Amino acid sequence: MSGINDFVVKFATVNGSGSASANLMFAKTLFRMGIPVSPKNIFPSNIQGLPTWYEVRVSGDGYLARRDGIDLMVAMNAQTYENDLKQVVSGGYLLYDSTLPRKFTRPDVTIIDMPISKMCAEHWADTRQRQLFKNMVYVGAVAALIDIDLGVLEGVVASQFKGKDKLIEPNLKALHMGRDYIQANYACPLPIKVTPGNATDGKILVSGNEAAGLGAVYGGASVCAWYPITPSTSLAESYERHAKALRMQEDGKKLFGMVQAEDELAAIGIAIGAGWNGARSFTATSGPGVSLMNEFLGLAYYAEVPLVLFNVQRGGPSTGMPTRTQQSDVLSCAYASHGDTRHVLLFPTDPTECFTFAAQAFDLAERLQTPVIVMSDLDIGMNDWVCDELDWDDAHVHDRGKVLSAEELDAMPDWGRYKDIDGDGITYRTIPGTHPTKGAFFTRGTSHDESARYTEDGVVNAQVMDRLLTKFQTAASILPKPVSDIRDESSRIGIIYFGANRPAVMEAMDRLRDAGVVANALRITAFPFAEEVRAFADDHDRIYVVEQNQGGQMRQLLMVEADIQRAKLISILNYDGMPMTAEFIRARIGAAESHAKIAAE
Amino acid sequence: MSYIQKPTAFHPALKKNKLGLTRRDYEGAMSTLCAGCGHDSITAAIIEACFKLDLPAHRLAKVSGIGCSSKAPTYFLSRSHGFNSVHGRMPSITTGANLANRDLIYLGVSGDGDTASIGLSQFCHAMRRQLNMTYIVMNNGCYGLTKGQFSATNDKTSPSKKGESNLFEAIDLAQIAIQLGAGFVGRSFSGDKAQLVPMIEAAMSYNGFAFLDVISPCVTFNNHPGSTKSYDYVRGHNSVLDKLDFVPAEEEIEIDYAEGTTSEVDLHGGAKIHLHKLDTGYDPTNADQAINTIRTRLNKGEVTTGLLYFDGREQDLHETLGTSERALNQIPISELCPGSKNLAPINDRFR
Ligand SMILES: Cc1ncc(C[n+]2csc(CCOP(=O)(O)OP(=O)(O)O)c2C)c(N)n1
Ligand code: SF4
Ligand SMILES: [Mg+2]
Repeated sequence: MSGINDFVVKFATVNGSGSASANLMFAKTLFRMGIPVSPKNIFPSNIQGLPTWYEVRVSGDGYLARRDGIDLMVAMNAQTYENDLKQVVSGGYLLYDSTLPRKFTRPDVTIIDMPISKMCAEHWADTRQRQLFKNMVYVGAVAALIDIDLGVLEGVVASQFKGKDKLIEPNLKALHMGRDYIQANYACPLPIKVTPGNATDGKILVSGNEAAGLGAVYGGASVCAWYPITPSTSLAESYERHAKALRMQEDGKKLFGMVQAEDELAAIGIAIGAGWNGARSFTATSGPGVSLMNEFLGLAYYAEVPLVLFNVQRGGPSTGMPTRTQQSDVLSCAYASHGDTRHVLLFPTDPTECFTFAAQAFDLAERLQTPVIVMSDLDIGMNDWVCDELDWDDAHVHDRGKVLSAEELDAMPDWGRYKDIDGDGITYRTIPGTHPTKGAFFTRGTSHDESARYTEDGVVNAQVMDRLLTKFQTAASILPKPVSDIRDESSRIGIIYFGANRPAVMEAMDRLRDAGVVANALRITAFPFAEEVRAFADDHDRIYVVEQNQGGQMRQLLMVEADIQRAKLISILNYDGMPMTAEFIRARIGAAESHAKIAAE
Repeated sequence: MSYIQKPTAFHPALKKNKLGLTRRDYEGAMSTLCAGCGHDSITAAIIEACFKLDLPAHRLAKVSGIGCSSKAPTYFLSRSHGFNSVHGRMPSITTGANLANRDLIYLGVSGDGDTASIGLSQFCHAMRRQLNMTYIVMNNGCYGLTKGQFSATNDKTSPSKKGESNLFEAIDLAQIAIQLGAGFVGRSFSGDKAQLVPMIEAAMSYNGFAFLDVISPCVTFNNHPGSTKSYDYVRGHNSVLDKLDFVPAEEEIEIDYAEGTTSEVDLHGGAKIHLHKLDTGYDPTNADQAINTIRTRLNKGEVTTGLLYFDGREQDLHETLGTSERALNQIPISELCPGSKNLAPINDRFR
């Protein structure tokens, strides 16, 4: 099946060796040539010396899920040769550094040798340079093998080192060394090669964390507190970088306040304090951080304080797989904290949606006066995705929800902080400092009445809890709608999925259709669920719920919160920490459907 | 927010401050603490200090954690917004609130359990960041609200009411504060209003982190004869460094103390502290000396009170971070959003 604009290249390197930027230049070059690519960084929780991989699927048709089976392995790490070789498809290629020659035991794989270390040692005296430029040598070699447009590649190098112009010349030198060597010694290009296209017009190549950090700037966030944790760190860093570029006063003072907190408890506490005081605020973390934030999430829910929490999920349980992806915090976030708490969740599917949902989350948090948790993951957050370019509508008015000004307070003589005047469960809040004599109240996590006064009257407290439930129902009606893909109105086969699984699900649906199984799909974008989720379930008999966790967490949530029958919902679960492949989904749905067909006959 | 304070109706019986407000305007709900609890006296001192400072109550936010002490903000300044957060986390809430609006005065109230145990980390980091706030610990050496367990500030020599001995050495919050960058560190006693009120006034006028460790006996669980946090013990062992007068800006007062024993400390807003030293060798701007003095006296069983440490730089977090002089929460979101014109070049970088 591999061929022109359709193959997988994998770079096996050692982390800390400078391969990351070379790999990125490779992916970017294909992108600029108009060919969709989906690079996946498979990296260790380590700083230097351990194996790391960069797997790039090239697909002119725009299939951007991971695909098993490597067509061209660039094996730059002797520690992993054995395993790397195993992953190469029959008829595939393996390029390696033959400075130390080695016998590979796969007659069905073409071995391409190139003495990269020797070439670099001959050209560069400095050991660090010898190491660094190896990466560009292999990029040059691959460029020759798959027929990459040299002009585009050189352009990418130039833009990568813009401002560090001294580096351009040696990088180009390394590139040409690799390219020249391959062209002199091997028949180029290989049958797996690229031809320029236009499938990336109007697209960008960006990571979800980059986009979400920028989205927070556009959403008007002015306070950010965070504590470093993979894979969320680059989100906070993105916010800071973009805010420094876009939020400076002429005198050099910042229109944002950012604190690296002492831990996640403090990080969310700072976000809550700022949200309470009328600034848009957020924090970003991953599973272990969310666990620490639980008590505060309950406070923000119950005291009705807006804030945005980005949870860039990673592999659990516990410290788990810090550098692998999962969607295993669905339940722990939906119900984070003790007591009857529920939280609004948003599920972006790609970096573009990380941007839009990030910005939107701040409106939603203020409108609903509650935490909004944006459920990203390592795959979306840290990998570069080909996705729609970011768009901002200047006509958008940031909706700050029900916040009273001094004049409005004067006009509302019997105001109470938790009085539901409009019947939507959302009450009117006041910001400290607004009015000299009115609107002050005591925010508390203890049981309270409509005026925020402490009460031990259980009935009064239950009324407040019930009103919060009404608010949660209101939330379901204003959150982003689920996205449906109805391929055949009469099909009774449905797929429900969310987040990063979209490319795999889309491709699996195409392959299933090729085999005569037509399924419809619904992508969940938010919790609490919109009406449409229940309606989709009603319209289908067998619904495959695709998710990356062991417990079928979204399936459980659908049963409990959308009241969908258990028997209808069939889990398709992957939790090995790697982004899902289309084949994984296709095989399972295909098998289940042929069973169902036999059973029906 | 340009809301002009309107003078309230004339009532001859009650004394008014410059805003035309009486002490009653600074009160809160009726206290539900035990009769005689030290915390109520500190509440009264806060009310008195705010009244004397002519403070517009809505320009102050009161924040607390959990405990009998953390309930106290309900009992003062009902015209101020308050936030009774979770146990030990008052500093982070205050940090966020302060980042959002640097123009308000932030008064944090905590207990010794809230601060010295569960919240020790947040307490330390708020000081390290020099958050502009006044942080009062109502220190009773025990967990009042959970019925009298030892807290980490209870002296090792001080047994429980039932006679159990305390196994561990105490944490002295004032010493930690001096070490970690609090710019204003004072210690007082709930039973010494004359010392406490001007100390609160000065702390609230300080630009930076002002920490007050106020010994506040728990009459129910830790006021027995063997306790070193009892009224009797503190009265008997109070080692006062200095007497402090707070002089608001634009006011001058006559000093009638002996030459050489009084020094004047300027605060950023023009107010002054007059320190009448009872111990002439003591220099509150010398951190080493402060810590030494406190330790030496503590070893003798004495409780050192007064202005323990003062850093005239009055540094605060906003200065360190370089944030705008404008309150971030007052800036319209439309001004914070860079708009589509800035997005095009960013998209280009992602290609
Ligand atoms: C997370 C958490 N753990 C435990 C408690 C129970 N608790 C409530 S108040 C308190 C101790 C309060 O002691 P302190 O801060 O000294 O206040 P005091 O009552 O002595 O004024 C504890 C442990 C709680 N509210 N939250
Ligand atoms: S238990 Fe102690 S601290 Fe709590 S209110 Fe009573 S006297 Fe005060
Ligand atoms: Mg206590």
